[in-house]
Amino acid sequence: MTLLRRNAVPAFLLLSVLAGAGCATLDDATKLGASLGVSKGVVTQEQATSITKVTKAVAKTFEDITPEQEYYIGRTVGAVIVNRYKPYPDPGANGYLNLVGQTLAQASDRPETFGGYHFLILDSPEINAFAAPGGLIFVSRGMLRCCTTEDAVAAVLAHEIAHVQLRHGLQAIDSSRLTHALTTLGAEGAKSYGDKRLADLTKDFEGSVRDVTSTLINNGYSRSFEREADAAAVTILARVGYDPAGLVAMLGEMEKNLKPGGPDFAKTHPSPKSRVEEIERRAGAAKTLAVVPSRQARFQAGLGKL
Amino acid sequence: MSVQVKQGQVRASPSFLGKVVVTLDYGDRVETLEEKDGWIRVVPPAKKAPGWMHSSALSEKRIVLKAGKKEAELAASSGELALAGKGFNADVEAEFKARNKGINFAWIDRMQDMTVPPDEVQAFLREGDLTPGKGDGQ
Repeated sequence: MTLLRRNAVPAFLLLSVLAGAGCATLDDATKLGASLGVSKGVVTQEQATSITKVTKAVAKTFEDITPEQEYYIGRTVGAVIVNRYKPYPDPGANGYLNLVGQTLAQASDRPETFGGYHFLILDSPEINAFAAPGGLIFVSRGMLRCCTTEDAVAAVLAHEIAHVQLRHGLQAIDSSRLTHALTTLGAEGAKSYGDKRLADLTKDFEGSVRDVTSTLINNGYSRSFEREADAAAVTILARVGYDPAGLVAMLGEMEKNLKPGGPDFAKTHPSPKSRVEEIERRAGAAKTLAVVPSRQARFQAGLGKL
Repeated sequence: MSVQVKQGQVRASPSFLGKVVVTLDYGDRVETLEEKDGWIRVVPPAKKAPGWMHSSALSEKRIVLKAGKKEAELAASSGELALAGKGFNADVEAEFKARNKGINFAWIDRMQDMTVPPDEVQAFLREGDLTPGKGDGQ
């Protein structure tokens, strides 16, 4: 018994150290680790085979998160955001934002999420916007003030919808949490969660939510994720009939208003200038944004008071 | 395929402007007939009349609503099954709320009640001189 326990410890430690690695790497590394264990006489061949098998079964990535679980992660990420930034409760302004947003979401590559797309204005002068996994999207008053047309508002929302569509938020979650949580699930079966199991799962959940919120609020995504989101936004805008020049116009206004060192997009996003350069490199120089009277009237009515 | 959203709408035509002919529940299985631009023509359960669903509402995985031990193990080790109501779920959210009393979910619930009926989207497009597909010739 003592011998068995002593043998089991290094193998388990090895697994937990490796759990942060990517899927394929994890599998390969485990095989390597397990065979090293055998050569050092720490684990038997039989144990090594079993370790490899188990790890293959439990190496999980964001792709294993079902839309239903994404929905619960997104609700709590959203709750953390609205508890940090106060909502702007005006029904007219939020109603208008939801009309623009819903129209765009339907034109995205992922129009259906478990709980659908919903949009809310945050009462903050910061220039900020957040997309929680599953489609809860938040935009600050400061960000909307950078928009002088409906096409520009649409550009902000299309960029956030793109983050949801591409599941960028979920990719911020440390894969070791998912491996742990989704394995708990496999072991549990049909029984309802015991107290301990629920506590464990909630810890993984809290960690996952923290990974996402700290990325959205503090660290920002990689430049390549932002580039992807801008490219997808241009496609969504074009599909609805908005002028993609709205994105460039909005970024121009943002450039003027962002304060260096600010806690908002100044910190979490590539500079507006570099985003414009990237967009124009792909799509050609943007034309001047034409103001469409029918859209301008409802834009003023919806967001003019901000 | 299985419905992977809370409510899966089946439409008369492959478009969000198409009339909703039946609404399916999470986990319902459908037979697939054909695919067109991201839309899938499906036969709903009980062989109801076929209609169109957007592919993002459907999963290749079989979604098991009440999983036994064997299915739970299979879901953990293969990609063929997904377990409904397991993992990060309402129980976990309730436990999170109990441990984080300072975080209020009231606005999230209000936000989820903000919905836009399809005819309003249609009117919004029309009144704003927005013609889908005419943005930049894509």
